[in-house]
Amino acid sequence: MKQFGIFIQKEFYHILRDRRTLLILLGMPVVLVLLFGFAITNEIDNARIAILDQSKGEMSQEITQRLVASGYFLIDENLQEIAQIEQHFREGKTKMAVVFPSGIEEDKRRNLPTQIQLIADATDPNTATTLINYASAIIGQYAQEQARGQALPMQIRTEVKMLYNPRLKSVFLFVPGVMTVILMLVSAMMTSIAITREKELGTMEVLLVSPLKPAMIIVGKVIPYILLALANTVVILLLGTFVFGMPVRGSLVLLALECLLFVITALALGILISTRTDSQQVAMLISLMVLMLPTILLSGFIFPIESMPKVLQVISNIIPAKWFIIILKNVMLKGTGIEFVWKESLILAGMTLFFIGASVRNFKTRLE
Amino acid sequence: MPTSQAIQVDNLSKRYGKDVQALAQVSFEVGRGELFGLIGPDGAGKTTLIRILATLLLADEGQATVNGWEVRKNYRKIRSHIGYMPGRFSLYQDLSVEENLRFFATIFGSTIEENYELIRDIYVQLEPFRERKAGKLSGGMKQKLALCCALIHKPVVLLLDEPTTGVDPVSRQEFWEMLQRLKEKDIAILVSTPYMDEASLCDRVALIQKGRLLSIDQPGKIVSAFDKPLLAIRTNDMYRLIHDLRAFEPGHSAFPFGEYVHLSLRQPIWPEAIHAYLAGKEHTGIEIKPAQATIEDAFMELMTREVM
Repeated sequence: MKQFGIFIQKEFYHILRDRRTLLILLGMPVVLVLLFGFAITNEIDNARIAILDQSKGEMSQEITQRLVASGYFLIDENLQEIAQIEQHFREGKTKMAVVFPSGIEEDKRRNLPTQIQLIADATDPNTATTLINYASAIIGQYAQEQARGQALPMQIRTEVKMLYNPRLKSVFLFVPGVMTVILMLVSAMMTSIAITREKELGTMEVLLVSPLKPAMIIVGKVIPYILLALANTVVILLLGTFVFGMPVRGSLVLLALECLLFVITALALGILISTRTDSQQVAMLISLMVLMLPTILLSGFIFPIESMPKVLQVISNIIPAKWFIIILKNVMLKGTGIEFVWKESLILAGMTLFFIGASVRNFKTRLE
Repeated sequence: MPTSQAIQVDNLSKRYGKDVQALAQVSFEVGRGELFGLIGPDGAGKTTLIRILATLLLADEGQATVNGWEVRKNYRKIRSHIGYMPGRFSLYQDLSVEENLRFFATIFGSTIEENYELIRDIYVQLEPFRERKAGKLSGGMKQKLALCCALIHKPVVLLLDEPTTGVDPVSRQEFWEMLQRLKEKDIAILVSTPYMDEASLCDRVALIQKGRLLSIDQPGKIVSAFDKPLLAIRTNDMYRLIHDLRAFEPGHSAFPFGEYVHLSLRQPIWPEAIHAYLAGKEHTGIEIKPAQATIEDAFMELMTREVM
């Protein structure tokens, strides 16, 4: 036990004395979360639009006001003629143009269906769709209000309720995802170099010729990094809740324990990489490339797992991040307790044991 | 099971891939309290041999035991009873002198205080730098610290792989004095070195070349086995001198030796004959004197014999 103690102490010295690495390890998650967080948002604020009002009437005024009042749009320019629209899009000044034809006031007075044209720059289809949807919704609502009191033909209106995220804020989707990816990367990268460093510096040769058992060396390497990874977790959680407005509806204790579990999974995975490689650089690259892509693409972070081909759906089951994202969403958004996430937690725990077991097995007790 | 020998090696062979024969049927033994030197040039197989004995590599053929334990089967036993110092400095550079020592003492289930007696002579020199990081020590100091770390758990066998390579002459001498003292504590020491002059400091030496042991004996006996007449020669053009002496008919071999060239002869001839030969080759400042054979001459002789 004393041997184990001094081994962990030694690891702490390595971590704390390498100030620059420590700073990177602690600073990297902050930078990454902020970068990812602000980059991966598909919400639109203050999109510049152009208005071509040929009717110059009360209705076009009111709709324009509503568009601006929504906060999504900002009037870039009031155009005078059709030809200007094309010009405007080409210059890239605007994302959408709203055309009010001259006959709309007349149509309204005679109670006839009328048309307003929305033209969007679809070089970026996602933005174009989102803008059109927002604008249509606002115009539709206006039309309904106007039609109140008048006899209408039979209509079916769907009443939609978006549970847990009524305002469909995309942060609710990406914050758990970003948290998962960053925790995975940082934790796995930290330990992936832990054993290769000893190999490179030649100290492994001396460690091998000592009574230390492989399991002791591997577990001793993981433990000090747990604290560091937990510090990262706290920072990421704080950023998620305070900067991006992510709620924590479930138990904070449960959330912390689940994070601890996932962090240990990632650290164990890093150690496994470390036992299979001989240089720090290779270990870093593997943990970055091999872990990053599946974690981002197959975890359900960006692409929903349900819409993937069957093969990928099956593969996604071996990605630890998938299970952690499910847990995070349950605990943070739905506020559920352990009774709804015990299965996922058990899967993560099983993976962790597997990684540590495989590391011990892979650990070479000789130089060859 | 205490057999009489600390290290016993029988017909040990090891290859790397197809072409490299690192060790070929090596056999020797080292007794308790014996300082055994393994002398040979780079790439001779010294490191491979020591790593096999340290249970870090497996031999292809042959048997080896350390303190009576078989290196393959009982490697765990061996690991807790040997001290091993690899050729490359292998301590933690970001840990201080004292932290390194304490770490290695503890993982071997010992304490600095328990075996301080054993390392005191060496450690007193390091003590002023106790707080200094190991990476900031001089070459000689690093090796002394590494020796302390290898000794701190009171091993029965000490395996040192080129401990004096890259160390200044004064530190080298001190290092060997320490080894002499350790011998008295009944620790068997196997030390490898590329420096032939260190051979005479060992109880017995084995000359190793291309994976084969050429000769195992006490240094004195190896020297006295050298039976050819030997001359030390110098002129103003040393480079050409070696060349010309090697072409000299009655000569046997010529090697640079400090500021002289040692020329061994097939049979005794008058120095004047050599003088005349060199003068004929337009050498100036010719100086010829009889020389006492050293262990280096003996090794050079053994090695050339092997090549031929």
